[in-house]
Amino acid sequence: MGSITLKSVRKAFGEVEVIPGVDLEINEGEFVVFVGPSGCGKSTLLRLIAGLEDVTDGQIMIDGKNVTDASPAKRGLAMVFQSYALYPHMSVRKNIAFPLKMAKMPEAEREKRVQHAAGILNLTDYLDRRPGQLSGGQRQRVAIGRAIVREPSAFLFDEPLSNLDAALRVNMRVEISELHKKLATTMIYVTHDQVEAMTMADKIVVLRAGRIEQVGSPLELYRSPANRFVGGFIGSPNMNFIEGEVAAKMGAHAIGVRPEHFHMSTSDGLLGGTVGVAEHLGSDTFLHIDLDNGPHIIARAEGEFPVHHGDRVYLTPQEGRVYRFDQNGLAI
Amino acid sequence: MARAVSRNTKIGYTIAAWFVALLIFFPILYTIITSLKTEQEAISGFNLIPSFTLQSYEDVQSQYNYIRPFMNSVIIAVGSTILALIVAIPAAWAMAFSPTKRTKDILMWMLSTKMMPAVAVLVPIYLIFLRTGLMDTRIGLTVMLMLINLPIVVWMLYTYFREIPGEILEAARMDGATLGQEIVYVLTPMAVPGIASTLLLNIILAWNESFWTIQLTTTNAAPLSAFIASFSSPQGLFWAKLSAASVMAIAPILIMGWFSQKQLVRGLTFGAVK
Amino acid sequence: MATRQTQSLARLMRAPAIILLLIWMLVPLGMTLYYSFLNYNLLSPGTTSWAGWFNYQYFYTDPAFFQSIWNTLVLVLGVLLITVCGGIAIALLIDKPIFGQGIVRILVISPFFVMPPVAALIWKNMIMHPSYGVFADIAKFFGATPVDWFAQYPLLSIILIVAWQWLPFATLILLTALQSLDGEQVEAAEMDGASAFARFTHLTLPHMSRAITVVILIQTIFLLGVYAEILVTTNGGPGYASTNLTYLIYRAARLNFDIGGAAAGGIIAVILANIVAIFLMRAVGKNLD
Repeated sequence: MGSITLKSVRKAFGEVEVIPGVDLEINEGEFVVFVGPSGCGKSTLLRLIAGLEDVTDGQIMIDGKNVTDASPAKRGLAMVFQSYALYPHMSVRKNIAFPLKMAKMPEAEREKRVQHAAGILNLTDYLDRRPGQLSGGQRQRVAIGRAIVREPSAFLFDEPLSNLDAALRVNMRVEISELHKKLATTMIYVTHDQVEAMTMADKIVVLRAGRIEQVGSPLELYRSPANRFVGGFIGSPNMNFIEGEVAAKMGAHAIGVRPEHFHMSTSDGLLGGTVGVAEHLGSDTFLHIDLDNGPHIIARAEGEFPVHHGDRVYLTPQEGRVYRFDQNGLAI
Repeated sequence: MARAVSRNTKIGYTIAAWFVALLIFFPILYTIITSLKTEQEAISGFNLIPSFTLQSYEDVQSQYNYIRPFMNSVIIAVGSTILALIVAIPAAWAMAFSPTKRTKDILMWMLSTKMMPAVAVLVPIYLIFLRTGLMDTRIGLTVMLMLINLPIVVWMLYTYFREIPGEILEAARMDGATLGQEIVYVLTPMAVPGIASTLLLNIILAWNESFWTIQLTTTNAAPLSAFIASFSSPQGLFWAKLSAASVMAIAPILIMGWFSQKQLVRGLTFGAVK
Repeated sequence: MATRQTQSLARLMRAPAIILLLIWMLVPLGMTLYYSFLNYNLLSPGTTSWAGWFNYQYFYTDPAFFQSIWNTLVLVLGVLLITVCGGIAIALLIDKPIFGQGIVRILVISPFFVMPPVAALIWKNMIMHPSYGVFADIAKFFGATPVDWFAQYPLLSIILIVAWQWLPFATLILLTALQSLDGEQVEAAEMDGASAFARFTHLTLPHMSRAITVVILIQTIFLLGVYAEILVTTNGGPGYASTNLTYLIYRAARLNFDIGGAAAGGIIAVILANIVAIFLMRAVGKNLD
C-alpha cells in the first residue's frame, strides 16, 4: 500500500503554467522529499497529489488505481499543513479523532486509536487542551496525530517545520524520521530546506520552475549532481563555482567544488586567495576567500585552521571531487 | 510594553483619567440619580443623593404604558438584525470563500449604499409607507432597519469569515469531511463568534436608530427612540419620570455595548481599524 | 477550491443581499429624483404638475437653505474638532498605566450607546435647562445669571450634545490605533533621543493618522444626518438658527407637505454626502487586500 505514480501531470492556473509536465514514481514505504526554491511548484505538486487542486492534464495513480478525479477524502492520504490547520474550537482529542468521526468509526475504536497515536507522539497529557493552549511543537504533533490515526496509504507534509524555531526543528525532524521507521508508510515531504531533504529522505526530488531537475538518494545527488542547479542547491555551504581559465584547463565551462573538498595550505596550492572572514567554530573552520582574479568562495577545513583576515591561503580541489559543467550547466 | 512607572506617576494618571471619565459619564449618572428622586427633589437644585424611590419607574409604566414601546424596540431591533443576518451570512460567506474579481467592487458598492443620507429618500419611503399601509407597523420598520444595516452586517461578517484560514477547510476535506460536515463541524463553530458580535453590534445600532423610527411610526409600532422623542417638551413628563424612562431605554443597550467594545470599532469602521 | 460548482453556488448565495440592496438604492433614489421635478404638495392633491428646475431654484433662492448649509457645516466641523482633539487627548490618557482602566474605558464610551433623543433630552432638561439644569445650578452657585442655552446659543448647544455622543467613538477608535503602536519603535525613538513631544508628533500622530481619517470620515457621514437631537431640543429654531439641511428637508416634507421641494433638497443632500463618501471609500478600500 502506498505507491504513487504521476504520469505527465500538468497544472496551469489560467494562462500561467505552474507545472509543465511531471512524471514520477514513488514506491511503497519510501520517504520522498520535494525540494526546491520557493515558487518552484513543489507545494502545488503535493496539493495535486492530495486532490486539493485539480490536475489540468495527466494522471495520478495511487496503488495502481487512477485517482485523478477522486476527491481528497477518497484518496486515502493524510496531510500535515504548514500552519498545522488544527480546528481551534476542538480539543486535541477531538482534533485527532475528527477524521475517524468522518469515517463513522465507532466511538470505542476511535478512542483506542487516539490513545495509541497520543502515546506515540507524547500527547497523552494534552488530550483535553485546545490547540491555542499548546506550543508550536505540540501543535505540530497534534497535526501529525490527526494524520496517523487514519492509517493512510501515504502521508503528505507541506513544509511542516517552517513555523518552528531552529532547535525544535531539529527535534521534530528526528521525530518524523523515527515515525517513518516505525510506520513504514509512504511519506511525501515538501521543503525548501536542503538540510531537511538530505537528513530525512530516501529519495529527493529537486524541482525548479515546475520541472524535475533530478531524482535520487541524498548521497547520489551529493556525489553526482546532474547539473549546476542541483549542485548548487544540495550541500551546505553551497558549492563554489569557478569559471574561466581554471575551468577551461579542465575542459569545462565551469567547475564546481564543495567547500569541504579543498586541501588548504598557507604555502602552496592550485588556487591562491586572500582570507576575508574566518569563522572558527572549533570543529570546523569556514573561510571566505577572495580568489586571485577569481570569484569569492567559501572553503571548509576540518578542526582548527589558524588563519585570519588578510592572510594568504592556497587551495587545491581534492582528487575526483571536482564537478565539471558545460555551457548549459549540465554535468560533463 | 510593560513599562515600569513610579507609583506616584500612576496615581497622577489615575486621578486625571477618572476625572475625565466621570465628567463624560456625568450626564448619564445624573439621569440615573434623578430617576431615583421624587419629582419635588428633582427640581429643587443640584443634589447627588436621591431618596431612592422607584415611584417614577412605576409612574412611567402606569401613565404611559412603557412596556409597549419597549417591546417594540426589542422586536424591531432583534427582528431586523436576524433578518439581516439571514440575508448576509450566505452573501458574506460566498464573498469570503469563493471571491471573484468583482467581489471587492460589490463590497465597496454595498458600503456606498450606507452612505446615502436617510433624508434623501425620506419622501419616497414616507409615501410608500403611507400608501401600502406599512406606516406605524412593526413589520415595516423591521424591514426598513434591516435594509439600512445590511451593508454593515455583510461587511462585518465578511471581515470575520476572511480570517478563517483556508488550510483548515482543506484539512477537513483531507480528513474526509463532506461539504455538509465541513459546514457543521468546522466552519460554523469557527464562524459563530464573528456572527455573535455582528448580531450584538447591529442590535445596538437598530435599537438606537432614531430618524426612521420617528418618521415611520406614531403610536402603535413606536419603539423607545420614537416614544422618548415625543416628550421633547416636558409638560407631560417631569424630570424624575423622564429620567426613569431614559434609564430604562438606554440600560439594556448600554450593558450590551460594554461587552462589544472591540467589535464596535471593527464594525463601525468597516474593518479599517481593528 | 474554485470549481465551477462552488462558483454557481456562491453566486446564488450572494444574490439576495445584492438584489435587496440594489432595489433599496435605486427605487427610492429614482423616486426622489423624479419627485424633485414635480410640483407636488400633499395638501393640494390633484394639482401635481411638472416643475422642471423650479424646486431646485426655489431651494436655492430660499435664505433658509444657505443658513441650513452653513449650520450643517458649522455643526459637522465643530463636532469633528471637539471629538478628534478630545479623542486624541483622552485616548492618550487612558492608554497610560492607570488603576481601574477597564472601568474608565466603560465610563468613557457609554455616551455612544445612548440613543439620540435620550441624549438630547438629558442635556436639555438635566444639564442645560435654564432653571433646573446643572449648568444653571453652577451659575447660581457663583452668583451669575443662568444661560438659556437653547435660546441664546442654539447651534452651540446642539454641537455640545452631539460632540458628547461622538466623543466616545473617536476615543475608542483612536485608543485602538494607539494600542497597536509598536512599543519597540517608541523605545528606539527614546534611544535616539526624541523628546516626549517629538515622539508624539513624529511617531504617535503619524501612526494614528489613518484612524483619525477614518474617524473624521465616518463621523461626517453620520453628522450630516443629525436630526433627532434638533427635533427634541430646538426644533430648528429660533428661526432657522439651528436648522441643518436634514432638518430643513424634514420640515419641507413633513410639516409643509412639499414633496417636490423636499425631494430636491434630498438630491442636494445626496451630492453633499457623496463628496464625503468618495474619500471614505478610498480610505477603507485600501484596507481590503
